[in-house]
Amino acid sequence: MPSEARRQASIPSDYRQAKAVEDAIVAAATAHGYNEEALFAVRLAVEEALANAIRHGNHADARKRVLVRYAVSDRQIDVHVSDEGKGFDPSRVPDPTAAENLQLPSGRGIMLMRAYMTKVEFNGRGNEVHLVKRKLAG
Amino acid sequence: MKNQARIARRSEGNVTVAELLDEEILDETTIAEVGEALFTVVEENPGLKLVVSFGRVKHLSSMALGILIRLGKRVEESRGSVKLCEIRASLHEIFVITKLNRLFEIYDTEEMAVNSFSG
Repeated sequence: MPSEARRQASIPSDYRQAKAVEDAIVAAATAHGYNEEALFAVRLAVEEALANAIRHGNHADARKRVLVRYAVSDRQIDVHVSDEGKGFDPSRVPDPTAAENLQLPSGRGIMLMRAYMTKVEFNGRGNEVHLVKRKLAG
Repeated sequence: MKNQARIARRSEGNVTVAELLDEEILDETTIAEVGEALFTVVEENPGLKLVVSFGRVKHLSSMALGILIRLGKRVEESRGSVKLCEIRASLHEIFVITKLNRLFEIYDTEEMAVNSFSG
């Protein structure tokens, strides 16, 4: 197994560049032996985090940057995604599965991150998310 | 790319099947183009009986789900109906987690989805 991969990337608020970072994280996870289920989960959660940073944090302003820091080891994957926005209070995001919200076209990203990651944490300001995916035994 | 076909469209009797051609429906550009292709089918066919097939799709994001929801509303407004099919287990889990499996009828196969319109 390769030693821990630790990288940092600062990208403009651009979905193609976000995809490149996402691919790099998944590639590192693949090299460290994470299974298909974990790779699917990481790809989805990182995609959601990056999309939120670009769209909601930086309002798709290409002049604003998204900073991605990640570390991939044999035990777990850590990804930090931060934007230049004002931040938000994640506890105030409505439950997208509530009947009154089910038909809303947005608001599911954080729910999916939490469903697929071992841990999801936001900084106090709400402009940085920390995703953790621990490798399951066996 | 803008000119890349995002769906393959065919008729099965009076049901229109739209097969999504992308393996990954994640980024905003792809999602917008897939949405545009699907909405075009709907706008051209009021009262449409539509099946959207996910057989080739391996990854999709919450933004893609948003397009589906908007599509469902538009189809309903035009007195049509949309059903989904061929969603692999990993993606079906997303529909279950978000409870969108309560919003859409989802079938294992295209044949089952098409036949459900004549039931």
